Amino acid sequence: MNLTFALVGNQNSGKSTLFNKLTGSSQHVSNFPGTTIGKTEGKLIAQADIKIIDLPGIYSLSPNTPEEIVTRDLLLRDKPNAIINIIDTTNIERSLYLSLQVMELNLPMIIALNMMDEFVTSGSSIDFQKLQDILGVPVVPISANKSEGLDELIECAIKLAAANTLPKRIDFCSGETHRAIHTVAHLIEPKVRAKGLPLRFSATKLIEGDEPIAEELQLTPNEVDIIAHVTDDMEKALDTDREAALADMRYSYIEQLCSDTVHKAGETVAQARSHIIDKYLTNKYFSIPIFIFTMGLVFWLTFNVIGAVLSKWLAVVIKDVTVYADNALDASGVSAPIHSLVIEGAFTGIGTTLSFLPIIVTLFFFLSLLEDTGYMSRIAFVMDKLLRKIGLSGCSVVPMLCGFGCSVPAIMSTRNLTSERDRKMTIILMPFMSCSTKLTIYSVFIAAFFPDHAAIVMLSLYLLGILIAVISSYLLKICVYKGNPVPFVMEMPAYRLPVAKNIVMDVKEKAIDFINRAFTVIFLASIVIWFLQNFDLRFNMVTSAEDSIIASIGMMIAPFFAPLGFGHWHAATALVTGLAGKEVVVSTLAVLTGAGQHDLISPVALGQIFTPLSAASFLTFILLYIPCVAALTTMYREIGSLWQVFLIMCYEVAIAWVTAFLVYRVGLLLGFQ
Amino acid sequence: MTLDELRIGHTGVITKVGGFGPLRRRLLDMGLTPKTTVFVRKKAPLGDPIQLFLRGYELTIRLEEANKIEIIEVK
Repeated sequence: MNLTFALVGNQNSGKSTLFNKLTGSSQHVSNFPGTTIGKTEGKLIAQADIKIIDLPGIYSLSPNTPEEIVTRDLLLRDKPNAIINIIDTTNIERSLYLSLQVMELNLPMIIALNMMDEFVTSGSSIDFQKLQDILGVPVVPISANKSEGLDELIECAIKLAAANTLPKRIDFCSGETHRAIHTVAHLIEPKVRAKGLPLRFSATKLIEGDEPIAEELQLTPNEVDIIAHVTDDMEKALDTDREAALADMRYSYIEQLCSDTVHKAGETVAQARSHIIDKYLTNKYFSIPIFIFTMGLVFWLTFNVIGAVLSKWLAVVIKDVTVYADNALDASGVSAPIHSLVIEGAFTGIGTTLSFLPIIVTLFFFLSLLEDTGYMSRIAFVMDKLLRKIGLSGCSVVPMLCGFGCSVPAIMSTRNLTSERDRKMTIILMPFMSCSTKLTIYSVFIAAFFPDHAAIVMLSLYLLGILIAVISSYLLKICVYKGNPVPFVMEMPAYRLPVAKNIVMDVKEKAIDFINRAFTVIFLASIVIWFLQNFDLRFNMVTSAEDSIIASIGMMIAPFFAPLGFGHWHAATALVTGLAGKEVVVSTLAVLTGAGQHDLISPVALGQIFTPLSAASFLTFILLYIPCVAALTTMYREIGSLWQVFLIMCYEVAIAWVTAFLVYRVGLLLGFQ
Repeated sequence: MTLDELRIGHTGVITKVGGFGPLRRRLLDMGLTPKTTVFVRKKAPLGDPIQLFLRGYELTIRLEEANKIEIIEVK
């Protein structure tokens, strides 16, 4: 029996935990077409013929946010065999608001009352039978964390889907709203039936002023008039507007329902505990130092301790394998180009990329720990005011900070942001956060040109990156993301112990996603760059780097950089190879200036290409121009549009050029050389 | 008065939700409907946003948004 169940629920309802417990490791993550919104599909552990779709956490089926729109479109068009609506029982009132709308879709539906253990322990209780009778859909108590009630839930969902049992009632209205909804429903019934839309849902949404539904139904001017008239009458009679009237209708119904069926003894243990923890973690004086300390610790552990050690081990393994392959190829006597392709192209390319992997795994381990415990919401709360200054919300602060380590996991971590606008803006601004591989370039240049002002130059570069991010966000706001941003209306969940399975699945998903790209796009890109480095325009293998295609490209584009003070083709070539990974800039310069294979580059050699001022201009360009291939593919993965990634790249080159130009020209005017 | 003026530790009852479009719908969806009782839990360290308690859960909104919600303070 091939069945599809959709998992629908609020954020923080335990939806991901339930999904992970139900599906185990058979998960597949994709984006909704044309969006950055993720959709995860998995097969039920016990029954592989049952597919479960985990939809984004939403609070309503109104088309307010892209998340709500895609969820609703999926439910309306794909019509899953059953909807599992998961609810945080400790927060039942607000959770049922979504349930009432989902019921209107008129699909088989079941309500899973999650966190039942926590709710009951606090002395509260629910009359399930009564709740089920009144709502007309089955209600199953579960605890996703403790894997309790999951078998009953699935059994019930299968039964519902097999018999196609629809919700027994979808009418929650009374008085004026009742009259309005039924009049509109009667009016649009033929059209709605023809389109295969749920009648009650369409009528309610039309009264709420829902544009997508109105468009879908292609209402005649006459019908639009009648609906407007009916709605006006309702507004007048209730002395309120349509949106407030319907929200009020649902909440009034829920209040009555809860007072009949739910006995709340007071706060749960988790809620009471959260107040105590928050006395410190969102405290007026301690919260920001605690946040800085936490992030510092995460970065230190990731980039200096755990991730760094793992990276080193991995590098040793990769090197051993490379040496082994090198010897094997020598022994078999394959031709030089093939030998070079395998060792310098494939192995080096994949090796460089894979060395990111331990960092990604470690960083996501900590980030998902912060997310799962509920601390991430506190960070957003504490830092929101600061982040709003650059046009983002507090939710973006952690991804942005990760950008100083490595753009790749930083861009991947934007997946957790709840607003698509924030997500895209954060991704676009990310490359301006100077990542750790750029640090190697800065160090070499600073040692060569500014040994006495090392700290100030370094700091200036980081601050310049942030400044450009602020300016860019301002530009984005007036040019691309016009209109009001999604409001920062965020639920503050109670602190909960992290669920091991959630963290494992999250880390695993990120790692697999990255490895997939390492062996496909990034692998191909490495081969292309290898080819450009090792062949001349007649496709003969070169012996000297000067004859390679990449050097030709470097010579060709060098004049483009002349106004910035570094028109030497060595510099231009290094910028091109830098796309493979920023650290390659240094090794390329080393090779081109004849410093040998050691990646060590002497100040004298650099002095032939740069003056101190043009070096500053070059560093500025490095800071701001296109990120490495790994970051670009991650960007594409999250944004999902090649065209948009291309536009972002153009913007980055433009802003890098202009800023470096200003640095160089203003420097000249001030008498620097 | 409006919700942003309500001091920490005080309670109010919503009389009207202003604003328009998606923002307003979001406030209503989150349960900030007329007649709802709201308690101001705390302010963020930088003074904005604020944390509210309503309908049995904790919600944070910015002062800018709170300013659009009219309330009557409950003593």
